[in-house]
Amino acid sequence: MSVLVVVECADGEVKKSSLEVASYGADVAAMLGTTATAIAVGEANEANLAKLGEQGITKVLYDAEPRLKDFVNNAYTKLIATAAEQESAKIIVLANSNIGAAVGSRLSVRLKTSLATNVVELPKISGDQFTVKRGAFSGKAFSDVVLSGDRKIIAVKKNSTEAKHEAGKTAEVASFSAQLGDADFADAPKQVVMQDQAGGILLPEADRVVSGGRGMKGPENWGLIEDLAKALGAATACSKPVSDVDWRPHHEHVGQTGITVSPNLYIACGISGAIQHLAGVNSSKVIVVINKDPEAPFFKAADYGIVGDVFDVLPKLTAAVKALN
Amino acid sequence: MKFLVCISNVPDTTTKIAFTPDNKEFNKAGVQFVINPWDEYALTRAIELKEAAGSGTVTVLNVGQADTEPNIRKALAIGADDAIRVDAVPQDAYFVAEQIAAIAKEGAYDVILMGKESIDYNGFQVHGMVGEMLGIPTVAPAMKLDMSGNTATLEREIEGGKEIVSVNTPFVASCQQPMCEPRIPNMRGIMTARTKPLKVVPAVGEPARTTVAEYALPPKKQGVKLIDAENAGELIKLLRNEAKVI
Ligand SMILES: Cc1cc2nc3c(=O)[nH]c(=O)nc-3n(C[C@H](O)[C@H](O)[C@H](O)COP(=O)(O)OP(=O)(O)OC[C@H]3O[C@@H](n4cnc5c(N)ncnc54)[C@H](O)[C@@H]3O)c2cc1C
Ligand SMILES: Cc1cc2nc3c(=O)[nH]c(=O)nc-3n(C[C@H](O)[C@H](O)[C@H](O)COP(=O)(O)OP(=O)(O)OC[C@H]3O[C@@H](n4cnc5c(N)ncnc54)[C@H](O)[C@@H]3O)c2cc1C
Repeated sequence: MSVLVVVECADGEVKKSSLEVASYGADVAAMLGTTATAIAVGEANEANLAKLGEQGITKVLYDAEPRLKDFVNNAYTKLIATAAEQESAKIIVLANSNIGAAVGSRLSVRLKTSLATNVVELPKISGDQFTVKRGAFSGKAFSDVVLSGDRKIIAVKKNSTEAKHEAGKTAEVASFSAQLGDADFADAPKQVVMQDQAGGILLPEADRVVSGGRGMKGPENWGLIEDLAKALGAATACSKPVSDVDWRPHHEHVGQTGITVSPNLYIACGISGAIQHLAGVNSSKVIVVINKDPEAPFFKAADYGIVGDVFDVLPKLTAAVKALN
Repeated sequence: MKFLVCISNVPDTTTKIAFTPDNKEFNKAGVQFVINPWDEYALTRAIELKEAAGSGTVTVLNVGQADTEPNIRKALAIGADDAIRVDAVPQDAYFVAEQIAAIAKEGAYDVILMGKESIDYNGFQVHGMVGEMLGIPTVAPAMKLDMSGNTATLEREIEGGKEIVSVNTPFVASCQQPMCEPRIPNMRGIMTARTKPLKVVPAVGEPARTTVAEYALPPKKQGVKLIDAENAGELIKLLRNEAKVI
């Protein structure tokens, strides 16, 4: 019996959300009196995989098959299923990412497990009862879900748990082969196109987010958002109407019908705070609102606020951050 | 080409979420239900592809009780040809996926379209389960879907970019913006929807694998601390020294 953790890698680095998942998996293993093994997917680097020991992982399985660099649903599913069988894994933990969800849902059918996605906390285990807390109603609520059966898959929401770092601990990296063949790669993508990331920070994984709404008046003013984001090491985001009129790309749209984010810091600039927008951001730890209308609903959901004009306030904030560093 | 579009019946996006006093169930009182916003992309795109091909059918499918029928009719008014309702409480995602897989198999549908995720339970999982149950590919979440004969080309969103994927029918895809501009029903659609076939069938398969023990609302915020715009730099100090987030 063990816990199997799926870690996603890109350009040799383990993704931040996967460090959280590794830590989560190690904690679950400790609760169950067992150890956590990781299986790496994507373009991995063995030295970085060994460092997963810092998150409490004891062993990392790595299949050097080069076609596993990009996401291939069938191949990833078979790879992880094979690792789960080899390790007699009772619990599989993965990120609630586009990869994690795609693979987790297939694995749950193939391995006959129960599955909970969007999980925000460590499970409560009492006797046979295994309960996880997950986000529901698009950020407006939580539900405690009981997972049945003796095998379970948990997809952990990004930024909802913290990765621990126990410096100096290393994991054993073991080569592993799921004997994947051409048929397993039949659904491989024809092409992968990556966006230019402002400052290289991905919105879904970001610790800090600076977001703009219609109050920014037009795409030509986004430099103000980008300057503050850059100074803070933050990702940029926007409200739905902003992406609907193409001031910003769709992948920056947060909210109930966009992506939900839960950074440590969310700064909303010229966004009114409609219920659909709040749903996507209200699990952020600290919310700052800058709006010239003191009655803007967003202030009710905020921790800090400035009633003022974004064109006046944003440069001051950027300057203050630069002065701090 | 036979399209099967799966629609979920969800609380309107403006709904203030509340639960029954024991926190065991969602409180439906006074709540307006709509077609899950993501599923509207699936529905409209299926209709567009059928129209472009000049032939084919679009069937909508919901797993739910009779109270979902107004939204099934709405989907028919938007342009679906017929509908199936599996008459059951959607116990969990696995149970729902079993129903969809059984209908898809029986009706030999070529293209099974869903939304990216339901905005009430946020599972983001039914499409993968259905693909696995049927042994066919799932492309989720898809931002673009084009068909040429039996081959589909899709853009799949990945963190930080997209993949161009090509699959042959049958396949499952889950849809999101900017795939199309979701249509709204017109008068003629609403009239014809009344007489379009809506078949009600019983549930099949194994029981659910998960149960909700309890719901909870997020903790309330303490209240906002306002900083004078003249003194905006003060905010940055508070974020560092008080909130400790920068
Ligand atoms: C089905 C459905 C789903 C939706 N999903 C989403 C979603 O996922 N995400 C989302 O964001 N929205 C969503 N919406 C839209 C939502 O209802 C709001 O319309 C939207 O969030 C408003 O965007 P906004 O705050 O940028 O613009 P507005 O509401 O127009 O607000 C602009 C704000 O800027 C302020 N302002 C103006 N000028 C300045 C200035 N110079 N300085 C400072 N402040 C200024 C104004 O006081 C105002 O509060 C959805 C709507 C529907 C119907
Ligand atoms: C009264 C009630 C009780 C419930 N109790 C539980 C419970 O105890 N445990 C639990 O886990 N869930 C419960 N649910 C949630 C319900 O089972 C969900 O519909 C199911 O989990 C699928 O939602 P999802 O968020 O996982 O789907 P996702 O995977 O997010 O949905 C993806 C897509 O699948 C399609 N889809 C989803 N649901 C349906 C549907 N019903 N009919 C047709 N297509 C659909 C849509 O196209 C949707 O966009 C309950 C729901 C109701 C109404």
